[in-house]
Amino acid sequence: MTGKQRLESVVKYVLMFSALMSILIVVMIGIFTFREAIPAFREIGIIKLLTGTVWRPGQGQYGILAMIAGSGLVTLGAVVIGVPLALGCAIFLSEIAPPAVKSIVRPSIELLAGIPSVVYGLFGMVVIVPLVRNIDVPGNTGFGLLSASIVLAVMILPTISSVSEYAIRSVPKRFREGSFAMGATKWETMTKVILPGARSGIMSAIILGLGRALGETIAMIMVIGNSVIIPFASTDNPLSIFLSRARTLTGNIAVEINYATGLHESALFATGVILFILIMLMNSSARMLIGRKKWEKK
Amino acid sequence: MTEARMRTVDYNLYYGSFKALTNVTLNIPVNRITAIIGPSGCGKSSLLRSFNRMNELIPGVRTTGEVFLDGENIFSKDVVELRKKVGMVFQRPNPFPKSVYDNVAYGPRIHGIRDKTILAEIVESSLKSAALWDEVKDNLGKSGLALSGGQQQRLCIARALAIEPEVVLMDEPASALDPVATLKIEELMEKLKQKYTIVIVTHNMQQAARVSDFTAFMLTDEQRSGNMIEFGPTTDIFTNPVDSRTEDYISGRFG
Repeated sequence: MTGKQRLESVVKYVLMFSALMSILIVVMIGIFTFREAIPAFREIGIIKLLTGTVWRPGQGQYGILAMIAGSGLVTLGAVVIGVPLALGCAIFLSEIAPPAVKSIVRPSIELLAGIPSVVYGLFGMVVIVPLVRNIDVPGNTGFGLLSASIVLAVMILPTISSVSEYAIRSVPKRFREGSFAMGATKWETMTKVILPGARSGIMSAIILGLGRALGETIAMIMVIGNSVIIPFASTDNPLSIFLSRARTLTGNIAVEINYATGLHESALFATGVILFILIMLMNSSARMLIGRKKWEKK
Repeated sequence: MTEARMRTVDYNLYYGSFKALTNVTLNIPVNRITAIIGPSGCGKSSLLRSFNRMNELIPGVRTTGEVFLDGENIFSKDVVELRKKVGMVFQRPNPFPKSVYDNVAYGPRIHGIRDKTILAEIVESSLKSAALWDEVKDNLGKSGLALSGGQQQRLCIARALAIEPEVVLMDEPASALDPVATLKIEELMEKLKQKYTIVIVTHNMQQAARVSDFTAFMLTDEQRSGNMIEFGPTTDIFTNPVDSRTEDYISGRFG
């Protein structure tokens, strides 16, 4: 074996080791979180944990339904606000914007992804919360699901926008040409050929955004109000549910873990395990969608 | 010579500062197949794409001179109206990632036909005209991309026919297909010329000789810009060309 070949094989093993390390770390995190969660799963039971409406660790009541509702609703709100915005950005960047505009817009959207989430929280507290407070509904403090959804929508925008833009751009040019040659306008080509062609990619972008939304913690703690209640509508309008305070699954862990002991601590770990599995499922389904391109299927 | 469906007069095309076509004057006869031949890079596809203004999708394109459809300047026409009358089939089959039915119904739908029975009739007659109906009639819901290459190209022809164009432009329609599929496309063209005016760009001189009624020969000049060298009935071009450069190309001395 020459020196060169030896070097090749050393490099190969070093790189393989790095790759294996990352797998190992994921597995370790899974195992240790799960180990800490075992007492909770055993003593409280998964059903009671998931469906219990009361979270009162002092009295041995560990139901995380309120937090599931909080996380679910805030994620829903973020998707409703964020997805149209992100898709708009993606379509604008891939189809409409001239290169000069693109070179300003794309980096700014990417910059959004780099802002620390605590800064989003601060922004939410000084800008969004006071704005939401102006909505005249009894008990509305501005802190709650709506403010949190708006902040979260901005946070997931770069993920959804960049993955969708990629999906749109990877629709082959020949489909566009085919459509234009039929006398279709830019808009018709966009809505009838390109977006349907990019659908699986856009779906995976949304799912990736969902995963990111579900995992967001500190910004949520800062604007959502953190009350352990099942969100409720305070007026006749069902939408006023979004003015309710709430707490997310992630926020619950972060707020309480410092002083939790025993079964309480274990229940928080169990919440972590549930989040872990949920987000893993979402990411892998997103990956599956990305991997499948309809027009490459023979 | 028969009446011209389309006509270019002193037509020049620029991609930015590069002049791709120089002073092209050409008549496209009604209900005939006109082949545009010439070596790679001579501007034959650029010329073809001028007839339905597809070049305009490329940034920096500029044209001078005139192109007429039925005596009307195409640059003063609405481009959507123009493309309804001048359909196109591409080199690589490009059915949309939709069902066979939706592919053919695409054009009629965007041009405002909503009625289901009318759409179904258009789909059937277009597929029949493209000699694809018998192969797909039991499976119109199948994805267009699940068809074979030759079938895909006939689907694209059906899609172009569905909006009842006057002219069908074909950009090397058989170059990605096997010989059997190629033959089918050629037979189909022969049938289509009864109703449509066809312009085909081809690399394949045998194909031009087999299918076309008229042939236009193009070549690049010293500035690498495409020029029209000779145009005439295919038999004349292939057996008795006027220009020595045409003869050299036909007899395979270059290109």
